[in-house]
Order: sequence, then C-alpha cells, then structure tokens
Amino acid sequence: MTGLQLSREELLKAYRLMRMIRVFEDRVSAEMASGDIPGNTHLYAGQEASAVGICLHLSESDRIASTHRGHGHCIAKGCDVDGMMAEIFGKDTGICRGKGGSMHIADLSKGMLGANGIVGGAPPIACGAALTSQILGRNDVSVAFTGDGGINQGTTAESMNLAQVWKLPVIFAVEDNGFGEATASSFVVAGEITKRAEALGMAFAKVDGVDFFAVHEAAGEAVERARRGEGPTLLHIETPRYYGHFSGDPDNYRTAEEKAAMRRDRDCLPRFRRRVTEAKLLGLDELDKVDAEVQAAIDQAVASARSAPQPALSSLTTDVYVRY
Amino acid sequence: MAQKSFRQALNEALHHEMRRDPNVIVLGEDVAGGSGASGQKDAWGGAFGVTKGLLGAFGPSRVRDTPITESAFVGAAAGAAMTGLRPVAEIMFVDFLGVCFDQIFNQAAKFRYMFGGKAVTPLVIRATYGAGTRSASQHSQALYPIFTHVPGLKVVIPSSPYDAKGLLIQAIRDNDPVIFLENKVLYDTVGEVPDGAYTVPFGEAHIVREGGDATIVALGRMVHFAREAAEILAAEGIDCTVLDPRTTSPLDEDTLLEMAEETGRVVIVDEANPRCGMAADISSIIAEKAFGALKAPIMKVTAPHTPVPYAPNLEAAYIPDAKRIADAVRKAVAFKRS
Repeated sequence: MTGLQLSREELLKAYRLMRMIRVFEDRVSAEMASGDIPGNTHLYAGQEASAVGICLHLSESDRIASTHRGHGHCIAKGCDVDGMMAEIFGKDTGICRGKGGSMHIADLSKGMLGANGIVGGAPPIACGAALTSQILGRNDVSVAFTGDGGINQGTTAESMNLAQVWKLPVIFAVEDNGFGEATASSFVVAGEITKRAEALGMAFAKVDGVDFFAVHEAAGEAVERARRGEGPTLLHIETPRYYGHFSGDPDNYRTAEEKAAMRRDRDCLPRFRRRVTEAKLLGLDELDKVDAEVQAAIDQAVASARSAPQPALSSLTTDVYVRY
Repeated sequence: MAQKSFRQALNEALHHEMRRDPNVIVLGEDVAGGSGASGQKDAWGGAFGVTKGLLGAFGPSRVRDTPITESAFVGAAAGAAMTGLRPVAEIMFVDFLGVCFDQIFNQAAKFRYMFGGKAVTPLVIRATYGAGTRSASQHSQALYPIFTHVPGLKVVIPSSPYDAKGLLIQAIRDNDPVIFLENKVLYDTVGEVPDGAYTVPFGEAHIVREGGDATIVALGRMVHFAREAAEILAAEGIDCTVLDPRTTSPLDEDTLLEMAEETGRVVIVDEANPRCGMAADISSIIAEKAFGALKAPIMKVTAPHTPVPYAPNLEAAYIPDAKRIADAVRKAVAFKRS
C-alpha cells in the first residue's frame, strides 16, 4: 500500500486535515443549533478521507472546484479555517468578506475555485482550469468534486466528454455518499458510475472513501496521469454522510440503526489511527496531540468569528464588477 | 478610411487581440469547422464566418472546435477566465444560451461578488441575435434584456461595423464577463473601419443624429430603422435625435436623460419582447428622472409579446420598422395635454 510509505510529516498532515474537517463540521453543526449562523450549511463529516486523500497530492497551483458540501475540500486545499468560520458566520473577516457564505467559500490564491451552490457546478469550471493549464503549458491539474447527485447532471456528462476529447488534466472525484439530498442514489443513479467513464474511454477507479490510503493511492495515479498529459480520470469514491443533507435536516429517511452502524463501522479517523499505529509510523500520543491542537484551533476560529464585525453596509454594492 | 463589413470588423478585432495577447483563445461550435475531418480545415470559420482565418493564424490549441455541449464549453470558458485565460466563446444563436444559462448567470456573473472581490472573469460570450432570417422561434430572439438584468454581466449590442470592432476589442480587454450580441442581419452591412486596433468604451451612448423635436433611442439593428424614420420625419419638418446606447449594461443614463430633457419627447425602439425589456427599462428611468421635462408620454416600439414567427409576413409584422417608429414620433409630437 503506497500510502504507508508517506513520510511522518505527510501522515501527520493528513490526519490533522481530516480531524480539522471533522471538528470543524461537528462544531458548525453545534453552532447552527445556537441560531447564530445566518444561513444553511451542508456538512462534510464522514467524507474526510476523500478530500484529504486527493488534495494531499496537490500544490497551490493545482485547482479544485467543489460542491455545496464544500467545507472539507476547502480545508484540505489549504483555505484558512478562521476565514472560513467567519464566512459562515457572515462576517467581514470572512474569506469572501461575508458575501459568499458556506456555499461559496473560495480562495483562488490557494487554488480553491469555490464551493458551489449548483449541483454539477464544478465539472465545467474544473475543465476550464485544466484548459488554462494545458494551453499555457503548465503542469497543473484540477479536480472537479461532485457527487452521486452531480453525476446525473448534464454538466458533468458534457464535461467528462470534453475532458476526454481534449485530454484535459482533470480528475472527476465523484463522492458517492449514497444520497442526493433525501433520495437514495440507488433510486436515481442508473448503472455503475464508473461505466460512464469507461464508455468514454476514460480511466477510472472505484475506491473505499473511508480508507484514506486507498483514496490517496488512487488519486495519486490519477494526478500523475493528468500531469503526464494522458488526460482525465474518474474516481468513484464511496463515503458515508454523517449528517443529513443540510443542518437541521431531520434525516428521517435513514433508520437510527443504519446511522449508528455508519458511524460505528465507517469512520475514516479511527481507521487511520489504527493503521498508522499498527505499522508503528505514528504514536497514539502524537495523534492525540493533533486532536487537542485542532480542537483549540476550532475553538479559536469560532471565538474570533463570533467577535468579528459584520461587513460594512457600503460593501453591498462593491465587487460586482472589476470596473463599471 | 477603409469600408469593411460588420463581419470583417469583428474578425479584425479577434485577430488584433489574439496577436496582442497569447491568453486570448476562441472556442465554440465550428469556430474553425472541419476539425477531425478529411476535407478543408477552417471549413466554416464559425457558422457566420466571423472567426474565419483564426485557426491558420493561431493554431488548434487557441482556436478550438467544441462538442455541441454549451454548458461544458461555456462553463469551461468561465473556469479558464477565472484561472488566467481570456476566452472568447462563440454561441451560434443567443437562443442556445438557454442550455447553458447556469454557467452564465449563476457561475461567471457571480464569481467576483461571491468570492469577496478576489476573482476576475475576463470572459466574452459572442452570439448572434435577432429576427429577419426566417429562422423562427428558437433562432431569432433578442434576449439582451435577460442578460442586462443580471448583475455582474456586461451586455454589448453594436449597430455599426466601427462600433462592432471597437466594442469587441474593449470586451476582450475587459476584466468582467461580457455578453456580446451580433445581429445576424447586420453582418454584411458596410461602414468605415480603421485598420488598427481601437476601443469603444462601454457605457457611452452614441448620438447618431441630432434634432430638437424628439429623441429616438434604439439598439443594434433598430438604430438603422430609427435613422430611416428620422429621415422620413425630417422631410415633414420633425427633427429627431437618434441615440444608440451601444451597451445595455452599463447603460449611459446621463446621455439618455440629457437627450430626453433637450427634446422632451422620447420614443424607444426595441427588437426584444416588451415585458421587462430595454424599452420598458429605459422608459422607467426617464419617467423617474426626467419627468418634468417630458412634453408627451414616452412611446415604446417593440416586438409583440410573442415568440418569433416563421412565415415571412408574420415575421415582418413582428419586427419594429421605420414606419412604426415614425408613427410613434408623430403621435408624441401631436400630443396635447388636456
């Protein structure tokens, strides 16, 4: 398993990012319940190994485009957690100055081209970023995150075709959490997702999204394929979705037993801990230390977001155009 | 100055900008034509021949024939614009923007605002618009009011070869997403066009003709009918100003209000449908801000609230013409407050 050949620093980074996403999302869920977060959020908890397993291969000049469930992708790609939390609270210190909110978190300087409020929003944008890379002769790749919902959108089908005929350096990361909103993917997704890539002659892999190392290995091959100029890859990543579609979703379309079993049996974090400690790559004390540091960082992010000022009213009409 | 067609003026603008800036690319359905086929390369140069010759000059990496998947390539153009290129995407007919509208109004138009001012999206979407070619309901619309409604987009409607070239160069150099609409009936019209590169700024109306009795506001092809009407009326002793806003977003409100105040009578001609169209919009601006200067109700001459029909007699009745414009001006001039 190639992932186990990662350096200690990389393993710690991967674990820190996955834990950061989990604690961030659990905390956003709790803060949502307090009523102080103005909008809605779609939480990524349970899917951490996917974002981190992929983004660990990427540098800042590589780009990702994300989904409405985008917090995890943002954190994995290096977005500032304080700025993200402040954005979700709608504050002036937010990563988008409070103008975007949870569904539009972006930091172009980190290669994060935005969460996206439209299902199937990412694939065309990621193809565009890949086109930039290809035309300018750069070695950068881009990743379109989408899901079992987005795979049915026309934009995704069109973008996969475009990427394949133009050999774009792009990866379609299809995070299949089993549900598009409240409808089971088995009810609305025809056939095998990977077959859609196969039909186009596109490389593909199906991966257990609870296993960081499996995701990391498959993503590594896809990224290298793209960097070699050999075109796109589809990754079908099966993951759990711990929360409902949105915060406050009663999630009554899944049984309590099913949800309990999901959290018990399909959690990337204890699985990662077990793997790296059994292989004696990291110690439990090191992992626990990361947990404590992450908890403190999120506490700090919430405290500073809560105390930050709202955006100035004058900013309502700015940033519509570069020049008008 | 050389006489050139509207089509040639646009073609020159694309050549200038692609030479000037290697980040400018052109993509769309058959912008070259013949890709992957055994016969002639650059077979079409766009469905209307506007992009002819670009493939030979700039090569297949920068001049790309796309699949017929507007969401994919317009969305990719938006993503490419956000990451460093300056794409010019061609959509054969503005009607087809319906299949990729999400890429325009939810994505490209909003990147800058949603991301707190950190994104620039230097994207141009060129499309033909307008009735008059027996192309029926799905290939003839004048949809610029829909785009004008969306904050973040700029909307350009040139009426002459000179403006077409200068406005397209401006559009390509602009850092915001621009919808650039070309009336297909105007492609073969001819006018003076300088050989070199020049820009026509956005948001500056063109005073095509000056007269003190009424102001006719017109866009695109309607500017030609407005001039025709003004000439008919001049023979009757009614002197009209003809004002061409050239861009509907940004809109040159100052010049519109100035001309409305000078003449006190305003007729607005719009090839678009009447509800929430540019005639309605401009009318509301003048009613709100120049009410005191008006000597007569603002008159609107628009297409009816119907799809574009196919039969030649119906299509002719659909499109505003010089006669209807002249009638509206006469009515405004004859108006007496009771």
